[in-house]
Amino acid sequence: MVRLLLLLPFIGLMIVPFYNIREPHLFGFPFFYWYQLAWVPLTSLLTYIVYRSVRRAD
Amino acid sequence: MLTDVDSAAFAVFLALFILVTGMGFVASRWRKPETLAHLDEWGLGGRKFGTWITWFLVGGDFYTAYTVIAVPALVYAVGAYGFFALPYTIIVYPFVFAVMPVLWKVAKERGYVTAGDVVRGAYGSRGLELAVAATGVLATMPYIALQLIGMEVAIKALGLHGEVPLVLAFLVLALYTYSSGLRAPALIAFVKDIMIYIVVIAAIAIVPSKLGGYGAIFTAADAAFAAKGSGGILLSPAQIVPYASLALGSALAAFMYPHTLTGIFASSGGNTIRKNAMLLPAYTLLLGLLALLGYMGHAAGLKLASNNDVVPELFKTLFPSWFAGFAFAAIAIGALVPAAVMSIGAANLFTRNFWKVWVDPKVTPAGEAKVAKITSMLVKVGALLAILLMPTQFALDLQLLGGLWILQTLPALVFGLYLNWFSSTALLAGWAVGLAGGSWLAWSDGLKPLHGIDFGAGKVAIYTGLLALALNIVVAVVVNLVVKRVPQQRLSGEAAE
Repeated sequence: MVRLLLLLPFIGLMIVPFYNIREPHLFGFPFFYWYQLAWVPLTSLLTYIVYRSVRRAD
Repeated sequence: MLTDVDSAAFAVFLALFILVTGMGFVASRWRKPETLAHLDEWGLGGRKFGTWITWFLVGGDFYTAYTVIAVPALVYAVGAYGFFALPYTIIVYPFVFAVMPVLWKVAKERGYVTAGDVVRGAYGSRGLELAVAATGVLATMPYIALQLIGMEVAIKALGLHGEVPLVLAFLVLALYTYSSGLRAPALIAFVKDIMIYIVVIAAIAIVPSKLGGYGAIFTAADAAFAAKGSGGILLSPAQIVPYASLALGSALAAFMYPHTLTGIFASSGGNTIRKNAMLLPAYTLLLGLLALLGYMGHAAGLKLASNNDVVPELFKTLFPSWFAGFAFAAIAIGALVPAAVMSIGAANLFTRNFWKVWVDPKVTPAGEAKVAKITSMLVKVGALLAILLMPTQFALDLQLLGGLWILQTLPALVFGLYLNWFSSTALLAGWAVGLAGGSWLAWSDGLKPLHGIDFGAGKVAIYTGLLALALNIVVAVVVNLVVKRVPQQRLSGEAAE
């Protein structure tokens, strides 16, 4: 079931109207930009969590 | 030919180019196999690439030179919309994590080299195998041509004119790919990727300080789009569905291409691929920051003849010439890795799924390697001729259609890994209708990637490739329901376990 975490990036990035806004800014970046960039490390982290649980399955 | 060349930039460029050329030829002795005269060795590097080599190879192969030029160019031209490459190259990795280790396992156990092999193994259908293989080759050819365009932009930025440098660079590439196979781009990818990281990190660290910080860069871009009256640093309401559907469709298509699949098949195991799905997003971060160079172009007040010049001009304007030379070398070398892997992937398909099946079924492993080597040469020469003789727009249009086409192989390649339900007839019908229908839609829309659909409340534009995939799946399901009534002889989903 932990594999379902892999769906979160799809949901987070497909809900475009949610993040198609300027505020709040972070380090000069409008929300649209830093929100999507933030999904990069977040996706790696989620993948890592799933990896730890399936690694033993091989 | 050498009139406006900056000598420092040119010296750095040439030195790096000679270095990677040397590496390309030496690569045949790297992790030396008993023989290179076997497709597993020439075309897949022995299927022994561990986590780091795979990371550099797939990273170097997927984030192409053209990306480095075209993504910032699109962002420069239209703004936020050009950023779809970012969600695209994020959501691709959960997909890779879930699907590609399964595909790798099947390929390893049965000695498959290509997507065509996997499909034949799962369905025992020569027709479906040929369909998948031909789609792969056709979709890859314009992709190689695009790498040449990226290289051309870098060479031109250096001040070299004429086609001789491009032809020379490609000739060298063709020769070492011929002799070293996949080992050459795998080794060169180390240099290429490190160079690109240096270039992008320098750009995102130094350029903002020269332009007044990121806040000022976004403000300048915002003002430039407002003055132009089109584009913007946020999406317009009409761009939202195109943005999401392009990201999703591109992500699903990305690892159906022969060059990305070659990187997957060449890795040493399922966990290597899983670890890479976790580590490859580092390149996505790079790409996202690189895309911002488009806005930096506005902040720097560049006047460009072509949008594609935004990255080279930015480096020429803001950096010392030797570093600009380094950046251009990074882009040009960046074109070599994907071009090599693409030609190898296409050559593997031609050899395994056309030559061996239809021309010479008794071909030996050494014969296979020979055919593939020659094919890889021909594929590159073809791409070179296409760029030299045909309008650039032709390659761009074909590349767009190529993405749509390759996406139509997804059901045949992926569904069989999980389901034992579809028949080859159904998948072949779905592929044909998706391919033809999608191409027709794209053609009737003037070769634009989006097609407007009226859901009652006004038209919504969706990525045509995704529409074609939906059509493909619907047709496959319907045809399958019909043929299920007739007793089927199937090789019982060998790949399913």
